[in-house]
Order: sequence, then C-alpha cells, then structure tokens
Amino acid sequence: MPLLQVENLRAYYRTQVYGISRSVRAVDDVSLELFENEIYGIAGESSCGKTTLIKVISGTVKPPLRIESGHVLYDFGALQVDMTKIDPEELRQTVRWKEISYVMQGSMSVLNPVRKIIRTFEDIVRTHQGIPNKKLFLEQTRDHVMRLGLPPDVLNLYPHQLSGGMRQRVAIALATIFQPSLIIADEPTTALDVVVQRGVLQMLKEIQAESGNTVLLVTHDLAIHANVADRVGIMYAGRIVEEAPTQIIFTAPRHPYTQHLIRSLPMIGDKSVKESLSGAPPNLANPPSGCRFHPRCPLAFDRCRTETPAMVRLPHQHRVACHLVTEAAE
Amino acid sequence: MNGEKKLLQVDRVTVSFHVGGFIAGGRLLAVNNVSFSLDAERPEIFAVAGESGSGKTTLARVLLHDLEPTQGRVVFEGRDLSTIKRRRDAMEFMRKVQPVFQNPFETFSPLRRVEDYLFETAIQFGRAKNRRAAAPIVDEALHQVGLSLEEVRQRYPHELSGGQIQRVSVARALIPQPHLILADEPVSMVDASLRMSIVNLFKKLRDEQKVSVVYITHDLATAYYISDRIAIMLRGVVVESGPVEKVLGNPLHPYTKLLQESVPKPVVTEREQWARPINLGAMEVKEYGRVGCKFAGRCPHVMEICKHAEPPTLEVEGRAVKCYLYGEDAAQSNPSSRSSGNLSSGNLSSGKL
Ligand SMILES: Nc1ncnc2c1ncn2[C@@H]1O[C@H](COP(=O)(O)OP(=O)(O)OP(=O)(O)O)[C@@H](O)[C@H]1O
Ligand SMILES: Nc1ncnc2c1ncn2[C@@H]1O[C@H](COP(=O)(O)OP(=O)(O)O)[C@@H](O)[C@H]1O
Ligand code: SF4
Ligand code: SF4
Ligand SMILES: [Mg+2]
Ligand SMILES: [Mg+2]
Repeated sequence: MPLLQVENLRAYYRTQVYGISRSVRAVDDVSLELFENEIYGIAGESSCGKTTLIKVISGTVKPPLRIESGHVLYDFGALQVDMTKIDPEELRQTVRWKEISYVMQGSMSVLNPVRKIIRTFEDIVRTHQGIPNKKLFLEQTRDHVMRLGLPPDVLNLYPHQLSGGMRQRVAIALATIFQPSLIIADEPTTALDVVVQRGVLQMLKEIQAESGNTVLLVTHDLAIHANVADRVGIMYAGRIVEEAPTQIIFTAPRHPYTQHLIRSLPMIGDKSVKESLSGAPPNLANPPSGCRFHPRCPLAFDRCRTETPAMVRLPHQHRVACHLVTEAAE
Repeated sequence: MNGEKKLLQVDRVTVSFHVGGFIAGGRLLAVNNVSFSLDAERPEIFAVAGESGSGKTTLARVLLHDLEPTQGRVVFEGRDLSTIKRRRDAMEFMRKVQPVFQNPFETFSPLRRVEDYLFETAIQFGRAKNRRAAAPIVDEALHQVGLSLEEVRQRYPHELSGGQIQRVSVARALIPQPHLILADEPVSMVDASLRMSIVNLFKKLRDEQKVSVVYITHDLATAYYISDRIAIMLRGVVVESGPVEKVLGNPLHPYTKLLQESVPKPVVTEREQWARPINLGAMEVKEYGRVGCKFAGRCPHVMEICKHAEPPTLEVEGRAVKCYLYGEDAAQSNPSSRSSGNLSSGNLSSGKL
C-alpha cells in the first residue's frame, strides 16, 4: 500500500478577467504514487505546474485554485485521509506538520521575521502538541537541532541574522520536529550557491535515510535529482509525461522532452554545443491539442496533434506518455 | 594590429566598506587587490565565480563606474574611469558598457510596457531621434535574442515569461551597440532550459557581434560551457584564474576544488562522491577578517603559515593560484603541520552563520 496515491487529479485556477472566465489548467490528469522510504523528485520547466501539484498534495488549495476532479489518498497507517475531501480543521489538527510538512524556497514565510527561531519552534509545537514542560521542550529542541548538525545557538537568533543556507536548514529542522511521514520540499535550494546547496541537500538526504520517511523534492535542476532522488517524475504543461527510477531517467529516457532535457544539461568538462528547446512554454489557459509537447517536439507526427497520448507502463517502474512509445510497445 | 590593445584593464582594485564590529578596524575588503584585463582585438567571455558574498557584485559595480574603488584603477578603452566626470563622457561610457542584472523583474517596472524601455534606450543613446526611427533598431535587437517587436508589443513585464523578460533585458543592453556586457548572475532566476538559451545568446554575441562579456555567476556548469577564462573569488580575493578548461577542468586551489566538486553532475554515477559531507560552519564576515588565506578556516590542507600571512599568487600549470601548496614555498612547508583533512570545524560566535 503506497503512502500517497494521486489519481487522475485535475486542479485549475479559475479567474474572471473583465467578466470573461478563464481557467489555467495547471494540473491536468496527474496520477502518481509515493512509497515509504523514498525520495521522489519532480522536475519540469518554470510554470509547468509543479508548485500547483504540491499545493493539492499538501492540502493548501485556495481560490482561485480549485480541485476539479480526482483523488489524493494518504495512508498514514493509523489514519487514512483524502486530501480532496478533508475538513480544514482536521487537516490542521492531525495532518499538518505531524504527517506532512513543507519546506519551500527562501523559507521566510515559515520563519517569523520579528521572532527568534526558538519562538517559531515553540509556536508550532504548542499548536500541534502542546508544551506541558517548557524546560523539556527547550532541551528536546536543542537536541533535535544538534542531531541535524546545526549549532544550537541559531535558536536564539532572528531569521535575518541567518544566511540563506542556514535558514533553509532551520526550515528543515522545523519540518522534521514531529518526524512526519512525508516532507515536501519545493525548490529548497534554488536561490543558494553550490556549496551551501550541497550541504542543505545532504542534510535532507541524511534525515530521510535515518527516519525512512518519504521526501517529495521539487526542482527544475535535473542535476540535483541525479544526485538525490530515487525516482523522478518529469512534468510538462500540467502533466507527468515520464516517470522512472533515477538511473533510467538519466540513462534511458524515452519521452522526447526528457531526452531533450538530459541532452542539453551543461557539465564541467563538456564544451559541446547544447541546443535549447525551440518555441515557448505552452499557455496553460489554452494548451496545445493532442500531445501538449507537439509544437516543440522534433519527432511529432500527425497523431500527436489530435490525440492525447496515454500513459504506457514499461518494465522497471517506468511510465511514459508518448505516441512513439505506445506504437513501439504495440 | 596592436596585440597589446586592451578593452578593459582592472588594475589592483580594492573596495573597502565600513562594517564595524566583527573585524579589526571595522573595514571589510569586499574586493581585495583584483587585477585582470580583456583584450580589445579578441572578444571573450570572462567569468567571475564564487559563493554569494564573495564580492562579485561589488566588483561589477566598480566596472560599471557605479562605485569608485578605494584603491587601484579601471581603464576602459584607454580611459581611466576616475577621469570620467562630464555627463557626455559618462553617457559615452554607459553606451559602451551595458549591464544585465540578476532579476529582470527589477529591471523593468511592472507599470510600464516593456517596449517603452527599448525605445527609450534607443533614443537616449542617440541611435534614433524618435520612436518611429527607433522601431527597426529595437526590432533588430529583439531578433538577436530570438524575439520580435511584434511579440512584445503592448505587453507588460508580468505578461512575459521569466526567460522572455531576461532575453528582453539582453536585447535592451544590445541597443546601444556596447563593446562590453556585464552580466551579474543573469541566469540564477531562470530554469535550466531557459538558462541554456540565455548563455547560448552570450556565446552568439561574442562570436557574431564581437562583444565581450563579463559573466558573473555561481553556476559553474554554464561558466565552463561558455567562458574562455574564469576568475574564482573568495571573500574579495581572486584565488585562482586562467583558462576555464584548466581552472574548472583541473582545479588546483582547495577552494576551487570544493566549488567544483559541489556542482551536482547530471549523471547518476557520482552520487557517493557528491554526498561526502562538507562543512558549512564558516561565517562570511569572519572569513573576510582573516589575515592569512581566507580559506584557512575550511581548508583540508591548512598549514600554520596560512593563518598568518597572505599566500602569494603564482603561475602554476597554466593558471594563477594563490595558495601555499604551490610554488617554491611548497617544498619547504612542513607536511606534518597539515591537518587531517577534516572540514568540520564550524565554529560560531556572532554575525551571519
Ligand atoms: N494564483 C494564481 N492564479 C492564476 N494562475 C496561477 C496562479 N498561480 C499559478 N498560476 C499559473 O499556474 C501555472 C502553474 O504554476 P506553478 O506555480 O504550479 O508552476 P511551477 O511549475 O511551480 O513553476 P516554477 O518552476 O516557476 O515555480 C502557471 O501557468 C501559472 O501562471
Ligand atoms: N554598500 C555596502 N556596505 C557594506 N558592505 C557591503 C556593501 N555592499 C556589499 N557589502 C559586503 O561586501 C561583501 C561582498 O558583497 P557582494 O559584492 O554583494 O558579493 P556577491 O555579489 O559575490 O554575492 C559582502 O560581505 C557584503 O555584505
Ligand atoms: S506524443 Fe508525439 S509530440 Fe508528444 S512527445 Fe511523443 S512524439 Fe512528441
Ligand atoms: S593557502 Fe593554505 S589554507 Fe589557503 S588554500 Fe592553500 S593550503 Fe589551504
Ligand atoms: Mg514553483
Ligand atoms: Mg551578487
């Protein structure tokens, strides 16, 4: 039984502009499963719907975003939850922080700028568990922070006194205080430089290995997935177009979009010319017909313009949505 | 042809800021005795790389004549920037040296149409008298970045994607027909695929328009891909510089090695090596305050001398390196005083962690 099953999920932003309603189909028929003890990476270009998918999975859907159809089913052992139906109060009480926690880019929004770091820990622990013994709380928080390799003195500082990398590591410490089943990290290191990025991701990986929980890591940087993820899902225009164990994504990708992404990655030691993808990212308010990648796909043929490719299952937990793969498999 | 002719000469430039507190004397040398030059006859892409807070943007401000160096001088096409006083000269300099910044959404006001900036730039720098005359010039600049006036007409910044708007900011920089483009982290806000389209553009400008580019970045993979030479900065100091194939392909300075190894490679075969634990304990301001080598607090090869005296810069294997491990002194230094290679010493007192 997977920890999370997402089934045919659609979530659109519905807006009214000058009386004309418009829907941005940011998540459009996504299915995926997350298991215990794995790091699942999601990659895809800017505005393809990664953060929107995360919003639905983490239960932070707010208008104009609306779930149109599908299910988001969690199995936390003692507790089963459908995120598309859950009551907000129950979500707050039993799921958030305790079962699912969230680390995002910059992390300023979780850290209160006018309060010391320890106060933020206190607020979260008080709301979700209560603090009957303040001294014990302080001791446990210090231990937790130190176990993650952070200097305990950070607890007495304000967020602005921390560098970007330290702030992200504090955010991870917060996200792991209740040992949740799922940690969601959305571009956790995008604004950081390489050395700090490496340190932050090493920490996330170590925590995962130690606690055996699940990490959902979103980043457009495929090189990070190559080094951190166990499985990778590639998103394009609101859909997952390919999914496989990391090794397969990097050595034997089947979707033309994935193939292009892998081919165009720059690497120290390689000066060969890398072509960038022609054309612009699709407009999700009015996505291309058929395969959404067809206007930019070098291999597109007639069928691609009219018919949406179905997801095909290949051996080794490999899934691809492309007519070429469907026809080869037939 | 005079092979000596320089486009840009940066001669022992130092910028000192007052910071108070953590450092003796309260002065921080954000740029510390930096020298390099670009040839006028041979356009090139010169990368400046290093962690955040290593002085890259401060150096960029000096090169843009936005900040006077505390010491040293910058000479552009034979003219010392400190002698540029009159408005006309300043305009002439700005025409020839154009900036591209990190966040395109800060370059463009959300309330103004994108094309207005382009027309304004064309008129301001004397390429056209009015909007009508400027239109073909603007259109041509947009074509060079793979866009057209047609596509951006009437649009506001938020109606363009991040990659498009960054390409518009490069187009804007091209309108005055600059001789040098100074790009400060131009791709750190855009995703991997758009990143390649922007760096490919710099390559095209160098090869087809003969424009030189100073490419400031912490993205070493694209730096390797497009640049000819690179300078690695650490806390204001250039610790290694030379041809990019040498410096990044086979780094000699321990700091360059750390940076290079930390770049995640898009292959699944080097996961273990990348996962080797590193120390993030070092504090920026504290490293600036070090008297010897700025890397001594994190270096696996640190020796006693590194903590007390600044290492000399020497030519080693076709690049310049500033480290006691190389050169004549290397043989004399006592190997037994080298520490065990343990990077975990992160000590902590005050300031940014
Ligand atoms: N509040 C909103 N109202 C309307 N449309 C929105 C809203 N938020 C996002 N969108 C649109 O939904 C689509 C997907 O956005 P999303 O933030 O999920 O992208 P992303 O893949 O996370 O991109 P990035 O890599 O840039 O973070 C985009 O077309 C975006 O413009
Ligand atoms: N105007 C200023 N006053 C004081 N300190 C400054 C100023 N500008 C930059 N600094 C300091 O100089 C150092 C280098 O900064 P910067 O040039 O922005 O580095 P980078 O661009 O490499 O990230 C940092 O420690 C920064 O805080
Ligand atoms: S379905 Fe057609 S257009 Fe889409 S990726 Fe496959 S070949 Fe290309
Ligand atoms: S000079 Fe000393 S401390 Fe600095 S990099 Fe070289 S060996 Fe390390
Ligand atoms: Mg996002
Ligand atoms: Mg900077």
